[in-house]
Amino acid sequence: MQTVTSLKAYKANVDEALRNRFQRQALDNFAVTYPTGRANAFAGMNIAELVDKVADIKDRALGRMDELYAQFKANAEKKGIHVHLAATALDANAIIADIAKTGRATRIVKSKSMTAEETLLNHYLESEGLEVTETDLGEWIIQLRHEGPTHMVMPAIHLSRHQVADLFSEVTGKRQETEIERLVKVARRELRQKYVEADMGISGANFALADTATIGLTTNEGNARLVTTLPRIHVALVGLDKLLPSLEDALHINRVLPRNATGQQITSYVTWITGPTPCAVADSGRKEMHIVFLDNGRRALAKDPVFSQVLRCVRCGACANVCPVYRMVGGHQYGHIYIGAIGLIITYFFHGRDKAKNLVQNCINCGACKAVCAAGIDLPRLIKEIHARIQDETDHPLSSILLGKLLSHRKLFHQLLRTAQKAQAPVVGENGYLRHLPLILSKEHNFRALPPIARTPFRERWPKIKPSVANPIQRVALFAGCVQDFVYPEQLEAGVALMTRFGAAVDFPMQQSCCGLPALMMGEKTAARDVARRNILAMRGSGVDQIVTLCASCASHLKHNYPQLLADDPAMREAAEQFSERVVAFSSFMNDILEIPADAFRSSGTQTTYHAPCHLCRGMGVRHAPHELIRKAGLAFVPAREEETCCGFGGSYSGKFPQISAQILESKLADVAATGADLLVTECPGCVMQLRGGAEKKGMKLSVKHIAEAVVQTLEKT
Amino acid sequence: MKPDPAVVETFIQKAEAVSAKVVRVASPEAAFAYAVDVCATKEACQLLVSGCEAPLSATAEALCETKQEKIMAAPNLPEVEFGALEKLCREKSIGLIKDDLRSHLAGIDIGFTRADYAIAETGTLVINSKSEALRLATMVSEIHIALLPVSRLRATAFDLTEELKQWMSDPADYTAMITGASRTADIERVLALGVHGPLELHILLWEEC
Repeated sequence: MQTVTSLKAYKANVDEALRNRFQRQALDNFAVTYPTGRANAFAGMNIAELVDKVADIKDRALGRMDELYAQFKANAEKKGIHVHLAATALDANAIIADIAKTGRATRIVKSKSMTAEETLLNHYLESEGLEVTETDLGEWIIQLRHEGPTHMVMPAIHLSRHQVADLFSEVTGKRQETEIERLVKVARRELRQKYVEADMGISGANFALADTATIGLTTNEGNARLVTTLPRIHVALVGLDKLLPSLEDALHINRVLPRNATGQQITSYVTWITGPTPCAVADSGRKEMHIVFLDNGRRALAKDPVFSQVLRCVRCGACANVCPVYRMVGGHQYGHIYIGAIGLIITYFFHGRDKAKNLVQNCINCGACKAVCAAGIDLPRLIKEIHARIQDETDHPLSSILLGKLLSHRKLFHQLLRTAQKAQAPVVGENGYLRHLPLILSKEHNFRALPPIARTPFRERWPKIKPSVANPIQRVALFAGCVQDFVYPEQLEAGVALMTRFGAAVDFPMQQSCCGLPALMMGEKTAARDVARRNILAMRGSGVDQIVTLCASCASHLKHNYPQLLADDPAMREAAEQFSERVVAFSSFMNDILEIPADAFRSSGTQTTYHAPCHLCRGMGVRHAPHELIRKAGLAFVPAREEETCCGFGGSYSGKFPQISAQILESKLADVAATGADLLVTECPGCVMQLRGGAEKKGMKLSVKHIAEAVVQTLEKT
Repeated sequence: MKPDPAVVETFIQKAEAVSAKVVRVASPEAAFAYAVDVCATKEACQLLVSGCEAPLSATAEALCETKQEKIMAAPNLPEVEFGALEKLCREKSIGLIKDDLRSHLAGIDIGFTRADYAIAETGTLVINSKSEALRLATMVSEIHIALLPVSRLRATAFDLTEELKQWMSDPADYTAMITGASRTADIERVLALGVHGPLELHILLWEEC
């Protein structure tokens, strides 16, 4: 559970987590095996369709939340279920404690519920003198350790069998061996006694069906069945977001939930409880059944035009499974109570700004969570929205304001870069990298060599290299982006040479500036909107078929974020849509539109591997074209493991969290080294900066190139 | 109604993939004989191999010691069938119970049930478990043996929504979907069976005619 108040203290916690070798290894192993398990579980199914269906079902239900609650309550009360509505977490806890007291219950068994974690229910009940025992194995372990979960589905994934054996030795008062099978049986037998003694059982619910007043629970261990069967009182704590009209809706969601969570086709037990069932130890012969619905901000959230989609979340935990940052730091540093990308967002709504303000800055914006989400939630975008909202509500840090202002003034920004270029001259080493880090960067940024600013930016080279093509088959405008314009102009020159060679007329509108993604990443939405307008105007009137960019991050930002940023601007909305439609990534343009032939290249046979930039493979959906270009260019393609995992750059992210960035890079370079390739190709200048700088620092014999640079080199002379 | 053989095949494959044991039987009597045989030949406590001898806290130890003889529970069998099973159990000195499962919470050797439906897509049994005894039989037993008439097999859960909604429209209902044995991977993501419920699930497929 992340509770520190300052960013500095948060970074210190993160550093400590990075040193936790067992956790790192455990999360690494899981990150590697999860995608295969998930793919197998979904084999033969159309995942996108299933996810759309979940999103649609949840959106409809969220739009009817109050109505479904009223329907559920009416039907439930007819069946003799007591229904409560708690406005806040504290209200829910008080209602449940009151049910226990009225029912003279003192011993409580619990099955797993993230909602109960949200309200800190156990702490409350214990402070009221009640004994509460978690019965899910992982939850029991962390309860005994007085910790919060580190994963929504596998709460104790951060612990080793040795730690569990020590814990169980303490609990039983007898020395326990470390064999997992045995430890599981020790838990079985210890907890069995707890069920026998308990007079109240608390569960959560995955689904609440309004038409029959039924709750649905998915578990693998079966503990929820014992919790809801043996004690004479059953209380279910359920978020209002779990309401659905009917069984079919739940069955659709349940096709996705277990597959996405753990790669299972279904959990061992799916339990549907309707009304007070027979119970031998109750005076009436029937169970006393209560359902406590929790609002805690959900009703307001369901009406929020931007954020209502976060309530689609089915708590599968997949957004943590694929997150490169979670993989490095674990759940205690990647969430307050709710973990993973969804946790970064809902912490703000359920637990407040102070708990969320540091967490939201720790998103590297790779988009892996969005691609895997069971309910199609646009997680990276909403994290940025929360970040911006928090800054608007409090104060924007000076650095963030300055960046925003600077990016909004193209001439000032470019002038600053030119000045910096002159100032850096004495520190550029013979190897072409900066000899000393710029003063604003501290020693912890020293994990990669940084390139200097180019002597002549691309925009100044352009008048000299501007090509002319007679009878072009495509007319394109080149969008450069700052890094290529001012640091790697040679990448753009290579791109222009290739496009020209295969019949495209390239123009470079001079009024273009930074795409604005760095501003958005820093929570400066106004500045991001401002540069978006300027760039659209700069490109307008050029009469081109396509807007090509060689930077994946720019491409994805221009294509997807511009229309969103300007959706509320009547003067620009349409222009933004038209602009967005024409944005295309370099490799798609070359391979899919120009369809360049392989026989234009000579075969070099260089062993070549590829890193898929996050904003290219997930952001633009471009996966095939770069592979094809590598092959067409006569290079010997050797795929790397985890090709689509982030390199750790993340723009300003690597400036803010250099240690995490360094560790992600370390893993990436290990995968690259394992291929034995001599050449690493990618399609984003940010990735090039990170990977080339990291390879240089490690002294690897590896050439790192933008795909345009690599491909232009094997072009047959004409 | 004879189900599509492909659906039966899918069911067997999916159930076996989650460690369920699927056996074809010719009649309910054959199923009873199978269950009695499994019970008679099994260890007194199935937990033995994985830690029945592991020392526990005093209260948990005390509960465990209340289980002495071999017990089978068959809460949802019709009377005649229960009688037939009881006869077989008696021959092997196995106690057969129908209710009062709360007196046996330390553990039951075999829970024998008749499944109401099954779902091929996921290898799942569907059992109407309104009866407390039935719920407990399928949870506190070390081995759950379920008799499944093949005619009750459906391709997907969506083929059962009418029947399930009918159950759920009752004033009280408890519907269990059971797929494989009770499982956990909460320690180091290592799969372990029988964390709270059965360590094994046997499904006896009975083609009625």
